[in-house]
Amino acid sequence: MKVKDKKTKELPKRQGLVIFSEIENGAGLKKALKIKKEQVVAEISASNLKGRGGAGFPAGLKWKFAAQEKDEQKYVVCNADEGEPGTFKDKVLLSEYAPLFLEGMVIAAYAVGAKQGFVYLRGEYRSFVPALESELKEMKKNNLLGENIGGKKGFNFDIEIRLGAGAYICGEETALIESLEGNRGEPRNRPPFPVNTGYNGHPTIVNNVETFAAVVHIAAKGADWFKVIGTEKSAGTKLLSVSGDCKKPGVYEAAYGISIKEILKMTDAKDVKAVQVGGASGVCVPKSQFDRTIAYEDLSTGGSIIIFGQKRNLLDAAENFLEFFEEESCGQCTPCREGIPVLIEAVKMLKKGECGKEYLKDILSLCETMQLASKCGLGQSCPNAFISIINNFKKDYALSKNSKQEKTFNG
Amino acid sequence: MDNKKPFAEDTSRAPVSQRTQPVSEADKKALGATVKIVIDDVEITVPLGTTILDAAKEVNIKIPTLCHHDDLCLAGVCRMCVVEVEGERTLQAACSYPIFRPIKVKTYSPAVRRARRNIIQLSLRRHYGECYSCARNNNCELQTLAKEYGVTTYKFGHVSEPLYEKDFSSHSLERDMNKCVLCRRCVRTCIDLQEVGVLEAAYRGSETKIVTYLDKPLTDVICINCGQCINRCPTGALKAKDPSQAVWDVIEDPTKHVIIQTAPSPRAAIGEEFGLPAGTSVTKKLNTALKRVGFDKVFDTNFTADLTIMEEGTELLLRLKKVLVEKDKNVKLPQFTSCSPGWVKYIEHFYPEKLGHVSSCKSPQQMFGAIAKTWYAEKNNIDAKNIVSVSLMPCSAKKFECERPEMDDSGFKDVDYALTTRELAGMIKECGIDLPNLPDSDFDDPLGIGSGAALIFGATGGVMEAALRTAYEIVTGEEVPFKKLNITPVRGMDGIRTAEIPIKKAVKDWKFLEGATLKVMIGHGTANAKKIMDMLCEGKLDGYHFIEIMACPGGCLGGGGQPIPTSPAIREARAKAIYKEDQGLPYRKSHDNPIIKQIYKEFLTDGPCGHKSHKLLHTSYTARGKWIGKKK
Repeated sequence: MKVKDKKTKELPKRQGLVIFSEIENGAGLKKALKIKKEQVVAEISASNLKGRGGAGFPAGLKWKFAAQEKDEQKYVVCNADEGEPGTFKDKVLLSEYAPLFLEGMVIAAYAVGAKQGFVYLRGEYRSFVPALESELKEMKKNNLLGENIGGKKGFNFDIEIRLGAGAYICGEETALIESLEGNRGEPRNRPPFPVNTGYNGHPTIVNNVETFAAVVHIAAKGADWFKVIGTEKSAGTKLLSVSGDCKKPGVYEAAYGISIKEILKMTDAKDVKAVQVGGASGVCVPKSQFDRTIAYEDLSTGGSIIIFGQKRNLLDAAENFLEFFEEESCGQCTPCREGIPVLIEAVKMLKKGECGKEYLKDILSLCETMQLASKCGLGQSCPNAFISIINNFKKDYALSKNSKQEKTFNG
Repeated sequence: MDNKKPFAEDTSRAPVSQRTQPVSEADKKALGATVKIVIDDVEITVPLGTTILDAAKEVNIKIPTLCHHDDLCLAGVCRMCVVEVEGERTLQAACSYPIFRPIKVKTYSPAVRRARRNIIQLSLRRHYGECYSCARNNNCELQTLAKEYGVTTYKFGHVSEPLYEKDFSSHSLERDMNKCVLCRRCVRTCIDLQEVGVLEAAYRGSETKIVTYLDKPLTDVICINCGQCINRCPTGALKAKDPSQAVWDVIEDPTKHVIIQTAPSPRAAIGEEFGLPAGTSVTKKLNTALKRVGFDKVFDTNFTADLTIMEEGTELLLRLKKVLVEKDKNVKLPQFTSCSPGWVKYIEHFYPEKLGHVSSCKSPQQMFGAIAKTWYAEKNNIDAKNIVSVSLMPCSAKKFECERPEMDDSGFKDVDYALTTRELAGMIKECGIDLPNLPDSDFDDPLGIGSGAALIFGATGGVMEAALRTAYEIVTGEEVPFKKLNITPVRGMDGIRTAEIPIKKAVKDWKFLEGATLKVMIGHGTANAKKIMDMLCEGKLDGYHFIEIMACPGGCLGGGGQPIPTSPAIREARAKAIYKEDQGLPYRKSHDNPIIKQIYKEFLTDGPCGHKSHKLLHTSYTARGKWIGKKK
């Protein structure tokens, strides 16, 4: 089936303090190329920019590690495998701000000494490929990509777009690298970390689309400009993908430190029961905690904000999230692969009022194991929503008085 | 303590992520060659990059594992070995955590204990099948862990009926995925250790399972039947096809004359099934046990191993003559051994165009079968149709080999049943026989005499050494120039080994070899076979004359039918036992074996590689390729 090109509508101009703020194409790169590589890394470090995928690893530190490696071949990978349920902010960047994040990749390549870059694009976003390809061509034409970039002799860097095949787990950086290498997308053992041993064994930095977009602004406007935005520990802004029971869903750029209350006001959400921050792998925040803020030190998120109105039973949400994980777990490690079906079963029991207090205790112990012993972030974070719903929304379920019988299952 | 590298890592294409983290000189310079760590309040200094698991072993702290195996590259998937590392947010898998800084490790804590208990519960959740009907009962790592980690009930439920159909299609292996715990040792064995790549994980999440190519029956994929996956499976998900009931049936049948041949390497290993340490040779006790089990005659595969040397050695010399003197372009050098049925099937699948290099000699097992139902039957006035020929083999591929349709040159199926070391141990136990405490007894005549040269067939390099002891003497009229006939350069456990033996003078028939240097190569494990074959394809083996390949790491002593577990240390112990036994045998060279002399005088009267030999002792191969099934 051929998808017809829709006529692009004139969109209202997006507004924000960093990502959506005004900037000229190539301004960040031009400035970066005027200083030494080490200074670029230092500037990013000084800006206190942390990874926008959600884990929040300091970008400058990541770059520093990769830059220190003595290897002829290094890689810069843009993680555009946006797959967290309720996240759609990278989609905006990919479709409307392609020159921006691609320029961020070039800056990163200069800083760490990479010759090759990849945009690992979520399979479902394949419709963006032609536009991205033509943007890459345009950049080459303008000497923002290719050989002797920006007139800097010997600075050669190229970007290739690679498509994922629809696995959520490939958003995990080491699974992403496995997938890039042509293997089954499964997280690797860490350490070694990609900055030391990444794509084909070479130092590789993997950053989120939004991180690269922020990099350009930092390079152009300086770490000091950036640092004052947000909170002390969470510099800058976050793109939030807000969905659910609100009148104005969409992508918003908000400075770190924004409270849930403010988000609800911004999106015109009323009579809210709970807010899921961080998507399926995030936590479910009850009304009593709506003063909490979006920040690495409080509620860390890749950007997914799902609003639940009063009518929602949150066990349904927990079940939905867990079913998502059951399918998306790579199936590699025991706690995640085998633990998720047990949690789903437990939610079903809770919904039917068949789960006793003792069994719930066992289940919460299992959640702890999954959080502590799973191999990667997916397994470690998949019980989060379940735990926060069990702890915060006791009215949504009733415990059975009967202790649980040993049960068998079929299939 | 050196940074131990598993066998698979040296040989294979194991992905970077599954390798031990490399320690560069720069790392050593920056961090020091060693690092001091604390494990459970015990201080230890280890080389940089050592895993927590290996470090813990050094100080006798046991960390439970399920997916880790000493032979295989890293996995870190079962998570049983999780430990606390101070400063880390989550628990860390000890098997795959390389130490690069002074860390404090707790291998035991409440969170660790809970995690291990929960993980074992999760592993058991879909593990279907009762222990008492399982081949691995009492030798199952999952069972052991279940006991150690307090399993009394199935806390998170238990599957009520099988989820998968068992695969009985192969002559050698059976797969029961209902018992699989997805540790992926079989996958790593097949892909990384053996580079065959028949098994792989497919599907995602809770639907993940280990499959063959397109989930076909094992017989329809390019499995070489080496059974290395069986030896490394922690549970009973993989087992060899067990013919012991059929063997009992013929033993009970008074009209049948049931004979058994025993291969060399089970003797150095079967004791392990009875609690003896690895490397205890029990040859003569085993003879007693087999007679008590009810075999009518107990023979020695070493006899036909000697016969193999006569045939294969002669074949090599004839090839040399054809190539060097007659300049026959159709004759291929180097010649490859053909004793290992796993290797034979490997080359049939992977390098079918190179089959001309493989010796046409049958393996000792099959030569024995052919001789037993001809010469032995005639000599003893037994109707060959009443002879049931059983073999004790360290090998699962031997089961497939004896089922090959071409293996009927005696007029009957040459070998009826191939038992593995494990299966025979089971039969012995079933009779209540206490193998370690049995009196000794000898093999029966006449197929019971074998040389030390034949005995060392059990270890990698053994066939080569045996062949050299004989071929060198045929050519030069003198013994091989090595102390006590021990050709040490071809021994050892390095994946690929080479040796050169100059022929300073030659007897009349082989004058053309005078001044030549015999170049030989030895490889074990099919990952090394692949390397050798690739060298052959690239023309890098020109000048080599003879190459020994065994499909299994360590050779037959590490075969897929040997006692479980296996490890580099266990295999070395078995090898040591075999070489020691060789030293004490009256005949050390195949051509000295008096029965060999007798058979060429009485039966194979036109000599090695003669007409009759060719009919009975030689075979041909099938170019199978990688695609099995209907071709378009």
